[in-house]
Amino acid sequence: MTVTAPPIETVPIRVETAKASRGSKVFAWLIFFGAIFYFFTPLVATGERAFNAIGGAFSLEAFRRVLTDPQFITTFTASVINAVATIVVSLLIIVPTAYWVTLRLPRLRSVVEFITLLPFVIPAVVLVFGLIRMYSGPPLLLLRTVGSSRIVLICAYAALSFPYMYRAVDNGLRAINVRTLTEAAQSLGAGWATILWRVIFPNLRVALLSGALLTFAIVVGELTIALYLAQMTFPVYMANLVRNFVAEPAALTVMAFAMTWIAMGVIAYLSRLQPGTWSRRRRRGS
Amino acid sequence: MAFLVLENIRKEFANSTAVEEFDLAVEAGEFVSFLGPSGCGKTTTLRMIAGFEKPSSGRIVLGGRDITNARPNDRNVGMVFQQYALFPNMTVGQNVGFGLKLKKASREDIDARVQELLELIHLPDKGDAYPHELSGGQQQRVALARALAIRPQVLLLDEPLSALDAKIRDELRNEIRRIQRQLDITTIYVTHDQEEAMALSDRVVVMSRGVMEQVGPPFQIYNYPATKFVASFVGKLNQIPGTVVDRETVQSNGNRLRTSTPIEEAVGASVNVMVRPEELDLGAGEENHFSGTVESVNFLGAIVRVRVEKGDEAVTADLFNERLLELPAVGDAVTVSFPAHACWVMKA
Repeated sequence: MTVTAPPIETVPIRVETAKASRGSKVFAWLIFFGAIFYFFTPLVATGERAFNAIGGAFSLEAFRRVLTDPQFITTFTASVINAVATIVVSLLIIVPTAYWVTLRLPRLRSVVEFITLLPFVIPAVVLVFGLIRMYSGPPLLLLRTVGSSRIVLICAYAALSFPYMYRAVDNGLRAINVRTLTEAAQSLGAGWATILWRVIFPNLRVALLSGALLTFAIVVGELTIALYLAQMTFPVYMANLVRNFVAEPAALTVMAFAMTWIAMGVIAYLSRLQPGTWSRRRRRGS
Repeated sequence: MAFLVLENIRKEFANSTAVEEFDLAVEAGEFVSFLGPSGCGKTTTLRMIAGFEKPSSGRIVLGGRDITNARPNDRNVGMVFQQYALFPNMTVGQNVGFGLKLKKASREDIDARVQELLELIHLPDKGDAYPHELSGGQQQRVALARALAIRPQVLLLDEPLSALDAKIRDELRNEIRRIQRQLDITTIYVTHDQEEAMALSDRVVVMSRGVMEQVGPPFQIYNYPATKFVASFVGKLNQIPGTVVDRETVQSNGNRLRTSTPIEEAVGASVNVMVRPEELDLGAGEENHFSGTVESVNFLGAIVRVRVEKGDEAVTADLFNERLLELPAVGDAVTVSFPAHACWVMKA
């Protein structure tokens, strides 16, 4: 009898845990479907409009009209260029900063983190009026022309990207042993530029990419600052469109969603890769 | 002048002194270990040789060149870290060739040197592997090859084995010694493991609280410790308290213990008689006796460790195992003994 005793004792416990997990499973599914409903209803409604340009029937007419509008091409290109410029500026500021903080000033980490979070605290409207006040008078008259205003715009976007970029880079730096890698490179004869370029940057590849893609998404979607700095960017174009059309803005929205999702998918895929997977594929392919 | 000279090195941090009065001359091709508990300043000293820390005062001369204030990338030293520190984005071959590439060596030279080193560390086929595909022991071999690739004037190893399993550790320890001898490279090895230091080194520097306690070959460090710290940190040691009777006798709890090393302390002073456990033998065969009851018997394979107690005092005897050995039982009354030449006296 002693042999059978242990299983009998454990049975009720098992039943209980099974019950508990079944209950929480149902709850989890409920939340999941609730969230799906919440997020997808507006999207489905937008899609409904986008694919319904000619009353009643499914059509891609709205997409055709948008894609053939020359203004769409110019504003979208302008936004993409802004985004790329912003990413470069942001990376050049954030990576050396985060690297140096990790390596030499770990006590300042929380301070730097707070500074990078400021764009969350300061509304875009406040930021843009600050910029206008600052740069419309001497000594720096940067708002005289559309071209120079664009520099201000890109710098403002770089600041907006700091919370995302800093977080991404900081996470990336935590995942590698910055200090030892730096010292190893130093003892092999590397200077600071070489260390950053050959050792730190490549090991942050995934982090930098996710930061860059988030920055891209922000810049391509930002309206307020562009509007007040009189820049003709993609969101400004979209805002104008909303006033006059129904199906076209909906089509744009669907496209924007698709792009964001592709970007997120790319981030998720890249973050799963082991170091070296890329170059290995390349080598095997050639 | 010796090949690597550390002259009166002192290192202060914000609110502590990490190293002081550090003087050492290392000959070319010599293998020197810095041994001590954590926080004794051994790693700080190594990092000063590597250039990651600047001495607060003192001078470091390597091959006739004063490198005290040279930048780490301008020193020609090879460094191996505890955490391997291979570049994860590069293959093994690229890791090993990194230093040469920075020196603008030609592609053929780099490839040849990399292959030569991979053969030296017995990983000739791993050139295209990435670090994460290797075991810890293999990664540390690669780190060693990477440090050696630039033909450094001195090789620095900072606890290179402490992240590894015991078995790999022994294996790699022998590898390090073999490679060091083969290349005849001047080497500084930092460790808290006395066995490692003993097995590898030509000379050992025992450190404690930022101060050098003793410098010497392992045999001398172990058998003739200069300070109490060295005596107790390196190897196991019995300390039997007593008072000095004359130049060669100590009165200890009813026993007279004799030593052939002249006692420097004054007559009547409180001292400890020091003796290594392996010098003790069961029975009263030797000159100095200690009688008590057996408190524990640990069978360790090659040796049997017997602990004998008498009142507050206890001694440990390490007996060589042999098939005919008759083990005492716990609680038995026994006498252990040791010769006069095996013990020495230190101030209590």
